[in-house]
Amino acid sequence: MRTVIFRTVAPYLTSLMVLFSIFVLLRGHNEPGGGFIGGLIAASAFAIYGIACGVAPVRRALYFHPMALSAFGLLMSTLAGMISLPLSVPFMTGNWMKLHLFGNEIDLSSVLLFDIGVYFVVLGAITSIALALEERDRG
Amino acid sequence: MEALFSLLVGALFAVSIYLFLSKHIIRMLLGAAILGNAVNLLIFTAGRLTREVPPIIATDETTLTTAAANPLPQALILTAIVISFSFFAFLLVLGYRAFQELDTDDTDEMRVAEPADEDAPPLGY
Amino acid sequence: MATAAQTPVDFSAAFNMAPTPLADWLIVMPVAWCLLAGAVLLMLRKRTALHPGIAIFALIGLCLFDAALLVRVLAEGPLTMVMGRWLPPFGIAFTVDLMGALFALTAALVALAAGVFGRADVDTTGRRYGFYPFLMLLMAGVSGAFLTGDVFNLYVWFEVLLIASFGLLVLGSERAQIDGATKYAFLNLVGTTLFLIATGYLYGLFGSLNMADIIVKAPQLRDTAPLMTLTTLYLLAFAMKAAAFPVNFWLPASYHTPKLAVSALFGGLLTKVGIYALIRVLVMLFPVERDHLAWVIAVIAALTMVLGVVGALAQNDTRRAVGYLVISGIGVMMAGIALGSPGGLSGTIFYALHSMVVMTALYFAAGIGGTLAGSFLLSRSGGLYAGHAVLAFTTLALFFSVAGLPPFSGLWPKVLLVKAALDVGAWWLAASILVTGFLTTIATGRIWLLAYWRPAPVGAEPGTNPRAPTAVEGRHEPPVAAPGDAAPPFAAMAVLLALTSLSVVFGLWPEPLLAAAQEAAAALLDPSAYVLSVFPGEVPQ
Repeated sequence: MRTVIFRTVAPYLTSLMVLFSIFVLLRGHNEPGGGFIGGLIAASAFAIYGIACGVAPVRRALYFHPMALSAFGLLMSTLAGMISLPLSVPFMTGNWMKLHLFGNEIDLSSVLLFDIGVYFVVLGAITSIALALEERDRG
Repeated sequence: MEALFSLLVGALFAVSIYLFLSKHIIRMLLGAAILGNAVNLLIFTAGRLTREVPPIIATDETTLTTAAANPLPQALILTAIVISFSFFAFLLVLGYRAFQELDTDDTDEMRVAEPADEDAPPLGY
Repeated sequence: MATAAQTPVDFSAAFNMAPTPLADWLIVMPVAWCLLAGAVLLMLRKRTALHPGIAIFALIGLCLFDAALLVRVLAEGPLTMVMGRWLPPFGIAFTVDLMGALFALTAALVALAAGVFGRADVDTTGRRYGFYPFLMLLMAGVSGAFLTGDVFNLYVWFEVLLIASFGLLVLGSERAQIDGATKYAFLNLVGTTLFLIATGYLYGLFGSLNMADIIVKAPQLRDTAPLMTLTTLYLLAFAMKAAAFPVNFWLPASYHTPKLAVSALFGGLLTKVGIYALIRVLVMLFPVERDHLAWVIAVIAALTMVLGVVGALAQNDTRRAVGYLVISGIGVMMAGIALGSPGGLSGTIFYALHSMVVMTALYFAAGIGGTLAGSFLLSRSGGLYAGHAVLAFTTLALFFSVAGLPPFSGLWPKVLLVKAALDVGAWWLAASILVTGFLTTIATGRIWLLAYWRPAPVGAEPGTNPRAPTAVEGRHEPPVAAPGDAAPPFAAMAVLLALTSLSVVFGLWPEPLLAAAQEAAAALLDPSAYVLSVFPGEVPQ
């Protein structure tokens, strides 16, 4: 699979897909999309990068170990549920906050935080499995 | 419509059970993939099949005014898909490792954990 | 964005508007706390030196949360918190009743024991593979399963604990582990899929997954809906998770392969989650169907307990023998589910709590003994009593406890179960419990005689063991030595003694646990308090 064309295109394709995954993640706020599918797209982006350029560059590009990313997502999702604790509402209640920024009204919510957590969980877990499989392929 | 889907679900179950009865891990993996889809379709059918609009309340309403599709089975299926997907990914890695380490994908020949030539337990003191 | 005409929306139709008191957070804290601790440990995956400290701190916290929860449930009855402020049955409900709180607390104690034992048993490589993070995630799954009040959520927690158990099972990726894990993974996949199929049917029939809601709706649907099919599916699925007889073969194939701390945790917890689910679904949700199935469950129970202990008799490897004893115990618990009377159920609950503690301790004992003897095989060990009298007597106490001999905790639930069986005239069930106890005494006595009491091989010098081969069977590779020259790790012995003394204490002073088990069983047979906790104001029939 390590053809010149693929190796040249892969980094651009990967960055584009990661960008798209973030778009899908944020779109999930009000429309189809969300953390799970966004995380899958990002994971497949890194899988493509791994197929083209090998596993080591992917690990370098991610900087953190995929399982650590996954754990960070889990922590974030759980904490998003815990926001309810000081607000006297049950666990995992969607808490909303309106933020006025440069004349725009932005809705921020614990749901979004939860979704970003899911994104990282999926990204980390699937990437680590994909990298494990790709590593063995060459071994 | 539900009857048709039930038949399809039954056929998928039959296929996956047939594959699961194989000795070879690769076939069992295929069986696991089909089994997951069969169950998802089953839940989907159990939630009744309707050709309705998505259950979204219009801006100036407080409740749903028209009959709408049931969103809960979809939430259940999404959860089940996530789980069966991660299961399948794990099984894939495990099956591959098993093939590498044990040099076989035939479950009958996997006797490392339960060796066939283990000593008999002592019969006397 | 144009603001639409704001119609006043009555949120109280869908939302619980009352503020949630801080104390109610106890209901979800065991799960949330484990998830947080697991996530933090996973993030610190390279700092393995920190793992035991953080995990043991988190597990002590978990024990305290579960203990506080048990105290509250004892004082106030079942407690409910519905996620996301939705009114039941729309939101996912966590409902804690006495049985759930008892199971959760015992599971937390067992996990704490395994965490401390793991300090000695799990080396740096095992920690790198994630022993402690997976332990915490497993506990999140186990606590969630014990505390949830929603059938689909129960399925999700089953999967969480299953995936964590996969991680624990292949810790170190050795050949025997991969072999065992393959069988464990595929057969458990089938089991959980059956659970999911049944849950799909359940939703199709009831349009609801909330347990309290199902209790309320079941009587109306009983005439028309195929609830027997549903209950039978659940029976098969949970029997598979609990390793009941015809579907138990994944357990002896895999439970002896991982690290001992992991084996002990699995033997103590995982099968009991299956028993918990059987009690919850068969006894609480579908009591009428359970009555019809009672003879099937009774036959399964009798076969499981007798064949389990026969399997233990035939083993040469002590760890595998303990695995068969776990299966035999499952049969005893299922006997109470088959009887379905208050006495039988309280016996099952008591036995499950006893079994969690004792099975974990037995794996610890088998592990310490096998490591000292240089082999887990009975044909190649002996003479442990000479050098390790404390270990030998502790193990003997555990063997007595598992066989149901006084003065240990195994006695009382068996007394309850035999009495309950005789009360309904099921003499053969009572007889099989007693025969199982007798056979267990023989099986465990044989292990003790051969591995502990039998003198060390003739002519053995310290440092050599003629019965031991050059390499040690099984996973652990301690230096091959005649028993007597190495002391077992202090932490491991301390945990073993603590769990054994728990069994002795509840054997000598069973009243509080007995009373709690009877109260829990009564609450299962008449779940009106459970329903009231989810739907305040509703009067169940």
